[in-house]
Amino acid sequence: MASVVFENVTKTFGSFTAVAGVDLSIGDGEFVCLLGPSGCGKTTSLRMIAGLETPTSGKIFIGDQDVTGLHPKDRQISMVFQDYALYPHMNLADNIAYPLKVRGESVEKRHGRAREVADVLKIGTLLNRLPSQISGGQQQRTSLARALVYPSRVYLFDEPLSNLDAKLRLEARGFLNHLQRDMGMTAVYVTHDQAEAMALATRIAVMDQGRIVQYAPPIEIYRRPATTFVANFVGNPPMNLVPVEAAHGDGQLLLSADGLALGGLPMSSGVATALQASKALTLGIRPEHLTVAAPGAANAISGKLFANENMGPESLVTIERADGSRVTARIFTDDHIELGADVTLGFSLEHVHLFDSTGARIPADGEMPL
Amino acid sequence: MSGGAFLSRIGFSVLAALLGVLFALPLIWFIFAPFNARAEMGLALPDPWTLSNFATVFQNSFAVRALFNSLIQSVGGVILIGAAATLAAYALSRSTIPGKSAVTYVLLLFSSVVSGSAAMVPIFLIISAMGLIDTQLAVILVFAGGLLPTAMFILRDFIDGIPKSYEESAMVAGASPLQAFFDVALPVIRPGIVVIVVWAFVNIWGSFLIPFILLRSSEQMPASVAIYSFYSEAGTPIVTLLAAYALIYSLPVVLLYLFVSWRFGFRFFGGIKA
Repeated sequence: MASVVFENVTKTFGSFTAVAGVDLSIGDGEFVCLLGPSGCGKTTSLRMIAGLETPTSGKIFIGDQDVTGLHPKDRQISMVFQDYALYPHMNLADNIAYPLKVRGESVEKRHGRAREVADVLKIGTLLNRLPSQISGGQQQRTSLARALVYPSRVYLFDEPLSNLDAKLRLEARGFLNHLQRDMGMTAVYVTHDQAEAMALATRIAVMDQGRIVQYAPPIEIYRRPATTFVANFVGNPPMNLVPVEAAHGDGQLLLSADGLALGGLPMSSGVATALQASKALTLGIRPEHLTVAAPGAANAISGKLFANENMGPESLVTIERADGSRVTARIFTDDHIELGADVTLGFSLEHVHLFDSTGARIPADGEMPL
Repeated sequence: MSGGAFLSRIGFSVLAALLGVLFALPLIWFIFAPFNARAEMGLALPDPWTLSNFATVFQNSFAVRALFNSLIQSVGGVILIGAAATLAAYALSRSTIPGKSAVTYVLLLFSSVVSGSAAMVPIFLIISAMGLIDTQLAVILVFAGGLLPTAMFILRDFIDGIPKSYEESAMVAGASPLQAFFDVALPVIRPGIVVIVVWAFVNIWGSFLIPFILLRSSEQMPASVAIYSFYSEAGTPIVTLLAAYALIYSLPVVLLYLFVSWRFGFRFFGGIKA
């Protein structure tokens, strides 16, 4: 196992900048998820660690070794591909043992090792089959077995679960989590699924337009999203963002927006700085922190019911405000509400997030590290 | 079913049957005539069935050697075209050279010129200047030049459709580019190569003009030229022998098709999750 370091790495394809001056440090034994929408540069970053792309500028280190120009075969890494890339003409045993074959191991030795790994992944009985003769979940585990069959410094995953159906995906995710704890592997895992990143990562790097927007443990990404982009990307459903007009009043911060009833918030030094630039702030509140409240309640936002989706344990209640924007609440009761009825959603002040006019989070005074 | 629809269906079936018969008649003659000692241009059941036509054909040593020459030229051309097209198409598909598709299209444009009749005089002059007139190598080289661009074009298209992650996964796992090509890429593109091989073989095997112009001595001639030895001095075909020889001449191509569809098929066997 080894650490991975990006030093001011940029990658351009023609006039398109896929990765723009990224600095990233992944510790030995860490499981880091690169999370972001498609085209944000996460897969390109992963492929640069693998050596399948070469940085336009900057350096990449694995351990203490500068691998920037090194061929993939000399990097001692493993990678699981999104499409699995199992060799169709080889049976599972040969597929799993291929990395050992190119390392010059004898047939008995490499097939023995392939069987060990396959048994752990519960595909030991399928070793004589061709990839086309097994199910999608089994193909996924075969590609994982091929990555695990030889000693490797870093394990790379390129959306390995995205081709599985929902149930298998949860199962595979749990297994990967177990594997990471068991082996203490250094892993870099690319995904656009925030739930996968939250479940697996020791740290998440949220990427947008070739840059890392926030790099922090999952709990911090969730509780203190650095920007409105992160707030809107993480969470299911994501955080509600309401543009508000800010004003001073009696040493308190007063926020106003259509349908918003809010008492004064404490005026922090961060807010004071933000207000010097612009009075237009953004208020963020997570759906799970909203509850149905009585009309006229303090600390609430109201609108007309737009949709009420019952998910079993919870309901997603969406209201539409006068300006057409929507706010969604996760409600753990199943009250019946008529469409178009006036609904007030209440919250407590400790769950309010504030972002300045550039979209950056405004920290509260005296915030402790999580 | 209404009366009108029924009638039009009958009409269509009759028309289709007539067309079918029209195409089947020459084929039936092609199968019957070689076994008929008194075969003529007309269709007739052999009475009795005999192999005497074949016996006479095999006494013609020129014609028999010509079959062997056809085999040398076809197999030689196919090996050259198959190997060169695979390597070139793979490079054109996987490399990031700018303007690589322009290269393919220009080559494709020229290929129809090279193997066409328009280029016969320059080809003759070039081969003559190389001192290769009346050699099997001349025929093989000219066919390779003519067929390679199209072969590369077809094969490049085939390889473009194969995900790069096959070779990428091999290289990440420790394989050199050469190992990744031979262990992983080559077996996966084999169905495409088989298509090229069959196509090139049929083209060379059946070609008359190029060997006729480039070869001089009867020892070098392929079967497509030698078939004219079954014409009389007056230029009329000796139907019995011509039919027998034509059947022998067409067998390798038929066998090749059968072998390929039995051994390889033209299928793709998965392993990539789309």
